[in-house]
Amino acid sequence: MEITKQEFKHCDLIAVKGRVDSFTASQLAEAFEASHKNNQFKIVLDMQDLNYMSSAGFRALLVAQRTCKRYNRGEVILSSVPKQIKESFELTGFTPLFKFFDNTTEAVGSF
Amino acid sequence: MIGGLALYLTMSVMRTAIFSAKFEYLDEMREFAGQAAQDAGLSVEQVYAVKLAVDEACTNIIEHAYGVEIGGDIECTCMADRTCIKIILRDHGKQFDPTLAPDPDLTLELENRPIGGLGVFLMKTLMDEIHYEALGESGNLLTMVKCRGKAK
Repeated sequence: MEITKQEFKHCDLIAVKGRVDSFTASQLAEAFEASHKNNQFKIVLDMQDLNYMSSAGFRALLVAQRTCKRYNRGEVILSSVPKQIKESFELTGFTPLFKFFDNTTEAVGSF
Repeated sequence: MIGGLALYLTMSVMRTAIFSAKFEYLDEMREFAGQAAQDAGLSVEQVYAVKLAVDEACTNIIEHAYGVEIGGDIECTCMADRTCIKIILRDHGKQFDPTLAPDPDLTLELENRPIGGLGVFLMKTLMDEIHYEALGESGNLLTMVKCRGKAK
């Protein structure tokens, strides 16, 4: 799994590639935490190259979203979620918790 | 009229592998089960579902039956015939029945969503059948089935 980050003026763009499971999910959590430490709570997560995500990944997303939305200081927005993973969002009831965009340009622009 | 002779040819394949119960091997566990599901003719979505269910089940074995620091072995047997795949996970850890976990409330708003319980819920939802059996002195046996014909 690979995580890259781009810092924009209005938000951070984090791209996650590969597979998120109990072995790799902590890296995703750390990426969010690094943004938070930098006082950045507006985050776009680009999931275009994400092949797989287990409940460990969903947990990391839940924690990050709670932190970002607290005190109305921001949120995590998801872009380019693959079909299979979008279905997992449906199954876990996570869809209502996030905004979804088809591409990162729109997602970043929405902040 | 010549009577017909119906010949049923049943082919089933069984594969077993033993994995060290560590998160770093989840990928291999998923690949093993996923390959068996693919060979059994399950669809792309169903193969993903099998991988996810096996991942969640093995994660629970690592966390609850053994303990993340302690480890142990997980024996995975995949049995496939022309309609279904059956996956049997066996460990030698503390007795832990994942089917007893209550379903998380998925209607709660963000702040009140439970952090735990998602994994077992996914496992139960993605597979057609799940059975748990406590084994003798120590250990657990978890059987999961997924069949081609169903919509899931």
